[in-house]
Amino acid sequence: MWIPLLVVVGAIAIFGVFVWSLYNGLVTAKIRVAESWSGIDVQLKRRTDLIPNLMETVKGYATHEREVFENVTKARSALLGAGNAKEAASADNMLTGALKSLFAVAEAYPELKASDNFKELQDELSDTETKIAASRQFYNSNVLDFNTKIQVFPNSLIAGTFGFKSAEFFEAGAGEREPVKVKFE
Amino acid sequence: MVPTIYNQIDSNRRKTIVLMIAFSLFIGVVVYVLVRALGYQGLGALSFVGLFLIISGLINLSSYYWSDKLVLGLSGAKPIEKKDNPELFRTVENICIAAGLPLPKIYLIDDPAANAFATGRDPKHAAVAVTNGLLQRLDDLELEGVIAHELSHVKNYDSRLMSIVVVLVGLVAILADVFFRMMWWGRGGSSERRGSGILFLVLGIIAAILAPIVANLIKLAISRRREFLADSSGALITRYPEGLANALIKISADQATLKSANNATAHLYISNPFKGKEAKNWLVRLFSTHPPIEERVAALKAMVVP
Repeated sequence: MWIPLLVVVGAIAIFGVFVWSLYNGLVTAKIRVAESWSGIDVQLKRRTDLIPNLMETVKGYATHEREVFENVTKARSALLGAGNAKEAASADNMLTGALKSLFAVAEAYPELKASDNFKELQDELSDTETKIAASRQFYNSNVLDFNTKIQVFPNSLIAGTFGFKSAEFFEAGAGEREPVKVKFE
Repeated sequence: MVPTIYNQIDSNRRKTIVLMIAFSLFIGVVVYVLVRALGYQGLGALSFVGLFLIISGLINLSSYYWSDKLVLGLSGAKPIEKKDNPELFRTVENICIAAGLPLPKIYLIDDPAANAFATGRDPKHAAVAVTNGLLQRLDDLELEGVIAHELSHVKNYDSRLMSIVVVLVGLVAILADVFFRMMWWGRGGSSERRGSGILFLVLGIIAAILAPIVANLIKLAISRRREFLADSSGALITRYPEGLANALIKISADQATLKSANNATAHLYISNPFKGKEAKNWLVRLFSTHPPIEERVAALKAMVVP
């Protein structure tokens, strides 16, 4: 008489442990997604921090390239003021384009090109682009892990109950996939 | 099955589990046989084994805990700052960002042979070292491949895994040794020398002779499997398996043996530091800590980048 009762209690206990560990696994995966998203922000901030220095260096040699400077400043402000992921992505794209124009302009000033300060800033900015790409890749791998965990069976049955929703991969926006136009004055 | 990076990673992890299960069963059987042959049973046997497990642990875990300092000291590695070698520093930084690892301590070894290694019991206490020879010979993408492989060893906790394996191999070696000493000096513990006693005596002798060798072979098989896993994990980080493949080809073409090559640390390097010993002989390969370069390159080139 006790055996069926034990079996039922045992089954409920096992199910409970399963749900408990699944929930914790999902929470962990979700936090990792959030953390790696802010990791991207850290690298973007690195880039915006480098720009004023870069502008000053270039301005020291190329005083008349007003339009290029304005474009860079505008794009930087847009990036700093971006409210959500979409705004950030398009502002980031604008900034990349403006920076490319800035570096193209610098080609015309041999003294600027030769200056150590400028070369160092160029290296730092190029490295920052790599770091942004690396942090995006890491973010995507966390999203992959989280989304897989909530979509496979039987997790999918339970994840919905707890309100877990798939995260978005960091994808290049439609604008970003087009080649960036570089303007030579 | 398409040999994608993900499939290879999963396959390598599965094979590790199979090896670890086989290894544990093997250790269990051997220990049981040796302890029975020595005349111990039940709780007495457990405490007997426990004692030697602790001894093996103490002997081997000290090297595990200080593995980074040990290897770095043995190899003559010097720590570097960002300003000493900004390119190397940036490469390690960027791979760490892509892999989600904290930045390890970075070291440079003054040796013309091209090689690299990573140590550390977990990502927070890790170190990665490269030789001058490596930096000279490899281009950016190849260096990235190598660094990604080394950091994958850290990320996959290979140090920890191999330490557990080494402690168990040590246990078998110690028990075999104890067995032979007891045989020589007469039996200790409660001897139940009936029919089963003779059987276990014979099994014990066989085990004491063969087990240390077999345990070592399994340990080396596990080490080789973890090398494959580090290759595929590294490829997932860089998304460019050809980089590491080309680096391995270049490194293996370099015939000079690493000056500080040492049996205790050989398994940590990216490529067997004892050059010239990589023979085609299957027996030699069985005793190698690394898989043959051709197999590693073939596996990398087969990966279809997702």
